[in-house]
Amino acid sequence: MTTLTPILTKFWDDPQSWTLATYEKNEGYQALKKALTMAPADLVAMTKESGLRGRGGAGFPTGMKWGFLPPPDGGPRYLVVNADESEPGTCKDIPLMMAAPQFLIEGVAITSFAIGCNHAFIYLRGEVVHVYRRLLRAVEEAYAAGHLGKNIHGSGFDLDVTVHAGAGAYICGEETALLDSLEGRRGQPRSKPPFPAVAGLYARPTVVNNVESIASVPPLLLHGADWFKGMGTQDSTGFGIFSLSGHVKNPGQYEAPMGITMRELLDLAGGMRHPERPIKFWTPGGSSTPLFTDEHLDVPLEFGAVAKAGSMLGTRALQVFDSSVCVVRAVDRWTDFYKHESCGKCTPCREGTWWLKQILGRLEHGQGSEADLDKLLDICDNILGRSFCALGDGATSPITSSIQYFRDEYIAHLTMGRCPFDPNDAVLFTTKETVSA
Amino acid sequence: MTLIHEPDLGTPAVANDHDVTLTIDGRAVTVPEGTSVLRAARGAGIDIPKLCASDNLAAYGSCRLCLVEVEGAKGTPASCTTPCADGMVVRTDTDTVHALRHGVMELYLSDHPQDCAGCARGNCEIQALAVQTGAAEVRYGRGGASHLDDTADTSNPYFTYDPKACIVCNRCVRACGEVQGTFALTVQGRGFDSRITAGGTDFLSSECVSCGACVQACPTDALTEKSVIQLGMPSRTVVTTCAYCGVGCSFKAEVQGSGDDTRVVRMVPWKDGGANEGHSCVKGRFAYGYASHRDRQLSPMARDSIDDEWQVVTWEEAITRVAEGFLALREKHGVGSIGGISSSRCTNEEVYVVQKMVRAAFGNNNIDTCARVCHSPTGYGLNHAFGTSAGTQDFASVEQADVMLVIGANPTDAHPVFASRMKKRLRAGAKAIVADPRRIDLVRSPHVEAALHLPVRPGTNVAFVNAMCHVIVTEGLWDEPFVRERCEDADAYLAFIAGPEHSPEATQDVTGIPASDLRAAARLFAAGPNSAIYYGLGVTEHSQGSTMVMGMANLAMLTGNLGREGVGVNPLRGQNNVQGSCDMGSFPHELPGYRHVSRPEVREIYESLWGVTLQAEPGLRIPNMFDSAIGGSFRGLYVQGEDIAQSDPNTSHVEAALRAMDLVVVHDLFLNETARFAHVFLPGASFLEKDGTFTNAERRINRVRPVMPSRVGKDEWQVVCEIATAMGYPMSYAEASHIMDEIAATTPTFAGVSFARLDAEGSMQWPVTQAAPHGTPTMHVGSFVRGLGQLTETVYVPTTERANRRFPLVLTTGRILSQYNVGAQTRRTPNSTWHPEDVLEIHPSDAELRGVTSGDVVELSSRVGTTRLTALVSDRMPAGVVYTTFHHPVTGANVVTTENSDWATNCPEYKVTAVQVEVVTQAARANAGAGADVPADAVAGRP
Repeated sequence: MTTLTPILTKFWDDPQSWTLATYEKNEGYQALKKALTMAPADLVAMTKESGLRGRGGAGFPTGMKWGFLPPPDGGPRYLVVNADESEPGTCKDIPLMMAAPQFLIEGVAITSFAIGCNHAFIYLRGEVVHVYRRLLRAVEEAYAAGHLGKNIHGSGFDLDVTVHAGAGAYICGEETALLDSLEGRRGQPRSKPPFPAVAGLYARPTVVNNVESIASVPPLLLHGADWFKGMGTQDSTGFGIFSLSGHVKNPGQYEAPMGITMRELLDLAGGMRHPERPIKFWTPGGSSTPLFTDEHLDVPLEFGAVAKAGSMLGTRALQVFDSSVCVVRAVDRWTDFYKHESCGKCTPCREGTWWLKQILGRLEHGQGSEADLDKLLDICDNILGRSFCALGDGATSPITSSIQYFRDEYIAHLTMGRCPFDPNDAVLFTTKETVSA
Repeated sequence: MTLIHEPDLGTPAVANDHDVTLTIDGRAVTVPEGTSVLRAARGAGIDIPKLCASDNLAAYGSCRLCLVEVEGAKGTPASCTTPCADGMVVRTDTDTVHALRHGVMELYLSDHPQDCAGCARGNCEIQALAVQTGAAEVRYGRGGASHLDDTADTSNPYFTYDPKACIVCNRCVRACGEVQGTFALTVQGRGFDSRITAGGTDFLSSECVSCGACVQACPTDALTEKSVIQLGMPSRTVVTTCAYCGVGCSFKAEVQGSGDDTRVVRMVPWKDGGANEGHSCVKGRFAYGYASHRDRQLSPMARDSIDDEWQVVTWEEAITRVAEGFLALREKHGVGSIGGISSSRCTNEEVYVVQKMVRAAFGNNNIDTCARVCHSPTGYGLNHAFGTSAGTQDFASVEQADVMLVIGANPTDAHPVFASRMKKRLRAGAKAIVADPRRIDLVRSPHVEAALHLPVRPGTNVAFVNAMCHVIVTEGLWDEPFVRERCEDADAYLAFIAGPEHSPEATQDVTGIPASDLRAAARLFAAGPNSAIYYGLGVTEHSQGSTMVMGMANLAMLTGNLGREGVGVNPLRGQNNVQGSCDMGSFPHELPGYRHVSRPEVREIYESLWGVTLQAEPGLRIPNMFDSAIGGSFRGLYVQGEDIAQSDPNTSHVEAALRAMDLVVVHDLFLNETARFAHVFLPGASFLEKDGTFTNAERRINRVRPVMPSRVGKDEWQVVCEIATAMGYPMSYAEASHIMDEIAATTPTFAGVSFARLDAEGSMQWPVTQAAPHGTPTMHVGSFVRGLGQLTETVYVPTTERANRRFPLVLTTGRILSQYNVGAQTRRTPNSTWHPEDVLEIHPSDAELRGVTSGDVVELSSRVGTTRLTALVSDRMPAGVVYTTFHHPVTGANVVTTENSDWATNCPEYKVTAVQVEVVTQAARANAGAGADVPADAVAGRP
C-alpha cells in the first residue's frame, strides 16, 4: 500500500500556512541559500539527474528544458511560471499558491539563478483574485526578507519577480499563448520553431515551467536527487499532488509518490461518496485526457503507464463519476468549455469545437442520429493532431474515449429520444429547483 | 492583354546562402535553408492549398489546409510553418492529406455563404479550394448559430467589410500590422465568436489608414473594393506607376473595356514594384477617381481677357493662339519676355519636351519647375557635396539601417508606403531620431517609438545639424579614415565645426533641443554602425535650405555613412516625378543631367541635335518670373501641371504677377486657381492616359503605361511639340519612347535607358550606363561622383522671419495622409471624407492664452496676409508653433507665407512664417465641448 508523501502540502493545516514565517519554520529558503553557493550548471545537472518531469501536464523533463537555453549572450533571459491553471478538474496549483506560496517563490529564485534569469514572471489565472493577492503579498515578504531583489543574500545575484494576472482565457495556459498574453498581445499560440528556449518572452531565451514543477525544486535541492528519485517510479520520479474531485467521500489534494493507483487513492479518500454506486468513469489528468473506467483502477499513475493504457497523466486531476452520471451529458459540458475557450486561431478548433458542441447537444437530448456519431468522430479526426495547438486535441479526448467505452449509452439516447439519466441524481446537494435535463 | 495573376508562394522569401535539398512528391527541390515547405512546393509548381498564408506575411499556420506528410515526422505538419531540411521527404498528395483538406474545407463552408454566383469577387480563393478539395457539400446542415446574417461595414468610402464571407484567416490583421504597421485591425471574441474588427468600431472611425493592405490580403469576398462590387471584376491589367508622392509605387491598373470605353475597376499594388513591393496607401490605391471627375476639362478653351468667360476652341485654334501670342510677345518685348514652368507631376518625356520647347522654340532658358518650391536645395546641396543631385540609396537600404535620423519629414503622412518600410525596420530593432517641431507619428505609434525626439525650432535646422557634427568631432566619434580618404577640405571644416559656438550647450536656446538630448542623438548616430538620414521639405523649405542639405551631407561624411547599404542622405521627394523633372533639365541653369548651361561642350550636344543656338546664361527662376512680370519685362508664361496661384508663397504677390502678364497658358487637368488668370487653357492627360516614365526619390525610373487613350485627344508632349512647331521650330516624335531615346542619347546618366529595357527589367535606377547596365541602387560606392566629398563650412544664419510682438507664433506647414499637396486630385475623391478642411493645430497653452478651443474659427495673419481656419488644439505641437496643411484653396495657407527663400535656390521659406492667431467665431459650445474635451492627441492622431 502506497502512503502519502506530504512535502508541498506538509503544513497546509498550519493556521498561518501562507506566511514567510511558517515557511521558514519548515526549511524555507534553506535551499536558496544552498543554491547560491553552487554553480548554476550543477543546479541544472541535479534537476536533470532527479528525473523531475514537468507537472503541468506534458511531463517534459524539467532539467532538460533548462538545458535547452542557448549560452548567455549578455541579454536578458526569462523564467515564466505558468500559473494559469484553468483545466476543468485541475485544482492543484491554486491551492498550493493559496496555502504555501513561498515554495513557488523560492523555486523561482533557485531556478532563475540556475538559468541566469534576473527577471521572472508568474502568469496567474486572472479569475483567482484571492490567489493574486496572496502571491503579491508573498512576493513582498520575500523581497523584504532579502530572498528577492538586489544582491540576494550577498551573492551578487539580482532577481525581480513580477506577478501578472491573466484576463481569463484557458488558451493562455498554452505556453506560447501565455507569452503573447504576457507581452500584451491577444493570447494565441505561436508557431514553433522558434521554441521559447530560443525566442520566448520578448523574443529572448525563456523557460516556461508549471507552478508545481518550480515549487518542487526547493525540496529537491535541499534533500538531493537521490531522495527525490527514492519516490515514485523509474518513469516518473518524485511526488506529486493528486486532486480528487467528484463522487468521492473526501475530495481534495493528496500528495503521493508518482505511480500510485486510483484504487489506492480512492481508499485514501474514503471511497465513493455513495458506496452503492460504483465508479463509472474518471479522468486521470483533467478533462482533456481520455476517460478511464473501472478497468483502469490499477494503472500506475505515472506518465508511461497511463499513456500505455490510452490516456495521459496530465495534471493528475482525478475527476470521479459514479453510475448516476450520463457520460454524454458530462462530455457535452466539457465540450461546451472547449468551444468557449477555443482561441479561434485555427480552423479545425474554431469551427470544429463549435460543431462538436452542436452535435453533442442534439445527441444528449435524444435528437440526433447515428450518423451524428460518425460526424463527431470525423470532426475529432480533423482536429486531433491537425489543430494548431493541443487545445484542439484536448477537446476531442472526452468525445472519442466516451464513444469508445460508452457507445451504447449514446445509442440509448437516440432510441429513447431523450437522456436516460436524471441529472438530479448525480448532484451533491438537493436543490429546490431541479436541474433541467 | 489579360488580367495578371501574380503567384503567391505562401511564405516570404528567405535570404540564405546555404541551400537544402528535399524531396516533394518524388521531386528533388533545392531552396535556401529556412524556406518553408509550402514555399518550396509552390515554387516548384506543386500546388499545396492554403488560405491563411501569403508570401508577404510571416507564416501563421491557422488554416490547416497546407498540412502535408513528412517522412519520419509525427502527424501532418503544416507546410507553411515547417522549414525545409536536407533529405526531408514530403508528400502532399496522399489520401490522408486529401481527407484532412476535405474535412477542413467542410468546416469552412459550414459557416460561409454558398452563393458563389452572388459574390462580387467571383474568384475568391475559398471557392477555388472548395472545388479543388471536392468539399462543396457540407454535412453539418445549416442549423444553429452562424455568421451568415452578420451585417456589412460599409463605412469606408472605398471598401466594405462583410463578415458573412470572413473566414477569420487573420490575413487582414497581419497585413495591417506586418505590412502597413498601423495595427488598426484585430480579432474580437474567441473561438467561433472570433470576428475581425477595426478596434471595436467601424472602419472609418477607427485607426485604419485605408492603405488597402487588408483588402489585398483577403482571400474571400469579406474585404472588397466597392468599385468591384459596383462594376464587377476587371478583365485586363496594365502595370503602371502612381502619380502621387515621390515613393513612386507600381500598380496594376485593373480595368474593364478598351479604348475610350475603358473603366478602371481598381488599382492593385504590384508585388514586383521595386519601390513598393506590393504595398500601397490610401491615395495611390483608391484616390484615382479624379481622372474621371466631372470637373475635368476635356476641351481647349481661350479668352481675350481674364475677365471674360471661357470659350471652347479647337486644338488647332488653341495652339495657334498660344504660338502667335508668344511670338508676338517675344517680338515686342524681347526674347526673355516669355517662359515656361514644367511639372513634377508630368512624365520625364513631357518635361523634356517642355524644356526643349523653351530652350529651342522660345529661345531662352526661362524654364523652371515646381521643384523650385520643394527640393531645389536638395539638388543644389547634394550636387555640391557629392556631385549628384539625388538621394544616395534605394528604399530597400532602410532594411540595413541601424539608426535613422528623420529630419523635417513626416513619412507616415507624406510617404506612407516608405514609412511602412521604416516602421518595419524600427519594429525589428533599428533606432529612430526624429528631429521635427511636431510630435509626428514616428515619434510614437503602435510598436514604434523613437529613441529621441528633438523638437527643433522652425528655422534653426543648420544650428541643429552643426551641433550634431560638433559633438561627433569634439568627442572623437568621427570616422577619420573615411574623412581623410574620401573627403576634401576636412581640416578647415573640422576646425570650423569644433568651434564652441556650435556646441549643443551654446545652441540649445536657439534650437530648443536640450543639450543632453542632442549629445545623445549625436552619439547614437555616430555609433550606427549603419546610420541613415531621411529628410523632407522641413529641411529644404527654409532660407538656409541648401545649407542644411550640405550640413546633413557633412554629418553623413563625418561618420562614414555613405557608399553602402543602410546609410546615406535620402531626400523623401514630394511629387511623383520631382526627381525626374529635375533630371530632365527643367531648371533655368541646367540642361538635362544637371549640366550647367554655361558649359559649351554640353550646349554643343544639344545645339547640334536640335539645330539651334542655346543661350549660355541661366534663365529666370519662378520667383524672378513673378518679379519680372510685375516689373513688366516678363509677359508670357506657359505653365504645365502646377497650380502656382495656390502652391507658391505669398499668394497676393503671385496673383499680381499673373494679372500683369499678357498671355498665361495653363496646361492642366482642371481649371485650377492659376487658370483664373489664364488666357488659354489646354486640357491635360491624367496619369492613366500617359505613356512615359516617372523617376522616384530613389532614382528609380518606372514606366507609366496608358490604361486608356488620352481623354482630351492629344498627349501632352504632342501638344507641346505642336506649340513649338507653330512657333516655327518643328518638333515631333512618333511616340513617347522616341523622346526617351533622345534623352538617353544626350544624357550620360540615362545612357542605357529605353522603354524596351525598362519593360524588360521592370525598373532601373539611374545612372544606367555601360558600367552599370542594370542601374545603380547605391551611389558613391568607393568614391564620390565628384571624386572627393565636399565638406562645407555651414554657417548658421538665422532667418529674418522671426516671431515678434505683433506676430508671436511661428507657422509651419505640411501634408496630411489623405490629401495631396494643393488637393487638386484628392479633393476630387472620397479622400476628403478624412480631411474635409485644413485645420490649424495649436498647442494647448497658446490656445488658452488666446481663448481658442478646438472647432473655433480663427484668423491667421502674417505680415503679408490673413486667412481663416478652424482650430485644433493639439499637444503634438510645441508651444509657440502652429501648423496647417495647404490642401484646400479656401484655406489659403499661402496667403500668409512670405517671399523669403533659400539663399541658393530661392526655394520658398514655407516652413517659417511669423503669425498671430485670433478667435473669429467660437464653435457652438455644445460641439466645442466635444471637440475641446477629447484628448488633443485623439483628434490630432487622425490622419
